[in-house]
Amino acid sequence: METLNLVAQYLPRLLYGAFLTLMVAVISFVLSFIVGMVMAQMRLSRLAWVRWLASAYSSVLRGVPELVWMLLLFYGIQMWLNQWIEFFGFGQIDINPFTAGVLVLTLIYGAYFTETIRGAIMAIPSGQLEAGIAYGMNKWQVFKRITFPLMMRFALPGIQNNWLALSKATAVVSIIGLEDVVRVAQQAGIVEHRSLLFNFLSAVVFLFLTVGSIALFRYLDRTYRKGIVEVRYE
Amino acid sequence: MNNDTMQLWIDSFLQCLAGLPLTLGLTFVSLMIGGMMALPLSVMHSRKTTWSAKWVRMFAFFFTGTPLLVQLYIFYDGVGSMDWVQNLMEVPGFNFLREGYFWVLLGLIFNTAAYTTIILSGAIRNTENGEVEAGRAYGLSAAQVMRHIILPSSLRRALPAYSNEVILMVQATALASSFTLYEITGQAHRFDSTNYQPFVAYVPAAILYLLITFVLVQAFKALERKYLAHLKPRAH
Repeated sequence: METLNLVAQYLPRLLYGAFLTLMVAVISFVLSFIVGMVMAQMRLSRLAWVRWLASAYSSVLRGVPELVWMLLLFYGIQMWLNQWIEFFGFGQIDINPFTAGVLVLTLIYGAYFTETIRGAIMAIPSGQLEAGIAYGMNKWQVFKRITFPLMMRFALPGIQNNWLALSKATAVVSIIGLEDVVRVAQQAGIVEHRSLLFNFLSAVVFLFLTVGSIALFRYLDRTYRKGIVEVRYE
Repeated sequence: MNNDTMQLWIDSFLQCLAGLPLTLGLTFVSLMIGGMMALPLSVMHSRKTTWSAKWVRMFAFFFTGTPLLVQLYIFYDGVGSMDWVQNLMEVPGFNFLREGYFWVLLGLIFNTAAYTTIILSGAIRNTENGEVEAGRAYGLSAAQVMRHIILPSSLRRALPAYSNEVILMVQATALASSFTLYEITGQAHRFDSTNYQPFVAYVPAAILYLLITFVLVQAFKALERKYLAHLKPRAH
């Protein structure tokens, strides 16, 4: 009973924290998907230097831990911006942890999406695209009507993996001070001397998120599989 | 760049370098123990219906479905502050329970054990049925088929996915810096808090992680060339 009261007391803050976690995850997911689309096109470019640029981006971003990028950008950019602003005689700017978190996660998972989408585009039989061109479609039409819908089927398992990893990576934003569910729970645990209970609650939030996402992706998979005849084994 | 700035960069790089052994050590120990746990767990996990498979599935679901940071809080703050653990700390020989090392390692070990279990059990389930039938035809028992055929073949095929897990583990150790451990990120953080130079502090750390990743990628490429040679597409 006492435990229940304690949880009820923190529930609004925990729920708001969970909402922030979801917001960071969803916004970064959408933005990093766009970054990945652009970078994947660059990785498949005919120009060598464009390919090199995109592949350097994806290797460097994926080769350093999220926390290090987070600290580097959160503290580094803040200081750098403020030096400039001081130079021009304005006041202080504070990048908030939410913005910094979204920015860093977008850049990192943009790199993961680059690889996922590149692989998926390469899996499309080239005849499909040639057929589009033969019908007189322009590049954008071929992309919108053929490349994108066909690519999605191949990319979906990778997109699901990236989304699951990304939603868990939002926890790191709590280290630079975002009051997300991880931080609210951890601090409540310390204040109330019930760390096991409260951190377990934030774990449960992520488990729900995982289960929900898997259901959503199963639905998407059926959508993008329309018109595909599966070979059945056994 | 003047001399002072240059010196600052060198100091920062050296300080990050001082954290390198701990980063590598944490990675190595957790991969070793977690890997040894994953071997029997993945065999249980690959069976569909047994009760042990259900428990392993729950274990894997929990540790792959929640952020590592939350798991570390559960171990370090949660389990570490339980009464019986607090009492145990007073017992001579159990001093290590006071330190962050033990709890962080515990978290890292369970985390990698769960991911490795999933990777390996996937490889076990994808074993060619013909390989198993060949073993049975030779008169091997089910256990012998597992030991001599399924496991060696699965371990090889799991190599590409496992190389990702190893790289992610190196990066995961960065979280140890939030638990008073001075590995690479922890050292960089310390440098930043004494010098107030975030760029100078974290850029060398990032470069070190990039180097580790690069070396690991090359090493795994070499391993794959050696152990997956039989799966290369053949020229006709």
